[in-house]
Amino acid sequence: MINIVLLTFLALTALAIVRLRHLFAVVMLTGVYSLLSAGLFVLLDAVDVAFTEAAVGAGISTVLMLGTLALTSRREKVPGRTPLLPLIVVMITGAALLYGTLDMPRFGDPDAPIHRHVAPRYIQKSGTEVGVPNIVTSVLASYRGFDTLGEVTVIFTAGIGILLLLGGTGGRRRKDEETEEEG
Amino acid sequence: MTLADIPGLYNYWVVILLMMVGLYIVVSRGNLVKKIVGLVVFQTSVFLLYISMGKIIGGTAPILTGRPEIFSNPLPHVLILTAIVVGISTTALGLALVVRIGDAYGTIEEDEIAKADHEAEFGGPETP
Repeated sequence: MINIVLLTFLALTALAIVRLRHLFAVVMLTGVYSLLSAGLFVLLDAVDVAFTEAAVGAGISTVLMLGTLALTSRREKVPGRTPLLPLIVVMITGAALLYGTLDMPRFGDPDAPIHRHVAPRYIQKSGTEVGVPNIVTSVLASYRGFDTLGEVTVIFTAGIGILLLLGGTGGRRRKDEETEEEG
Repeated sequence: MTLADIPGLYNYWVVILLMMVGLYIVVSRGNLVKKIVGLVVFQTSVFLLYISMGKIIGGTAPILTGRPEIFSNPLPHVLILTAIVVGISTTALGLALVVRIGDAYGTIEEDEIAKADHEAEFGGPETP
């Protein structure tokens, strides 16, 4: 039940983000959107994801966007015409995706294929093989450690890219983008 | 499908609605910061899709307590943890690009940037 309420709030927030022209309000609503989805993650049993989303999505990315707004402009220009083509493209894509969901296993079904493959092994063996109570931690750091290595590489690359883009131009101060990168 | 399937698909449908809202913002808005916000909305809805698929009704968070319990699938959680961190690095890189573009052109509206480019290339305003 809370599930449905939160999803409805998420949809309302997203629609408000489309309508608003004031970028400061848009960025704040993006933070609200992330926080609501973090609440939904808790309900869906993904506690690790929830606090990462709350810290990174609602915290760091909001700060980064506010920094960008401070360095550029705060208002979005009103477009001259109503964009019809994007609406059609979005409708068609959405209809195709909706059609795709009809074959999906129903929400919460314990017999879905996703729960029958490798996950039972992680749940049964990780306690003795890795010894960490949190299964997500043992999969992240041990079974799929290479994924995490790749992730660190991506952050490193993005950090270098940001330094190259914003460093060395002189003029205005732009420290806020670089220092908050560690997320 | 029948009417009885709707509660089992409601999560996915709202997630698809959110995805499409994100996609609409990305393709229809000319402001670059707004475009990045659209990407963030899209991204978060993809996270929701994955986590929804990992949920088992009556399950708990996948933390071993010693008691026999049903756990939700931990694998999507791991994938999405990685995706969140990768997502914030791409967002940060995109915002850095926006700041750089704002410096170079004095605007972050797509059509004004295109106009400035056209003038720089052909030495006059665009004639349709």
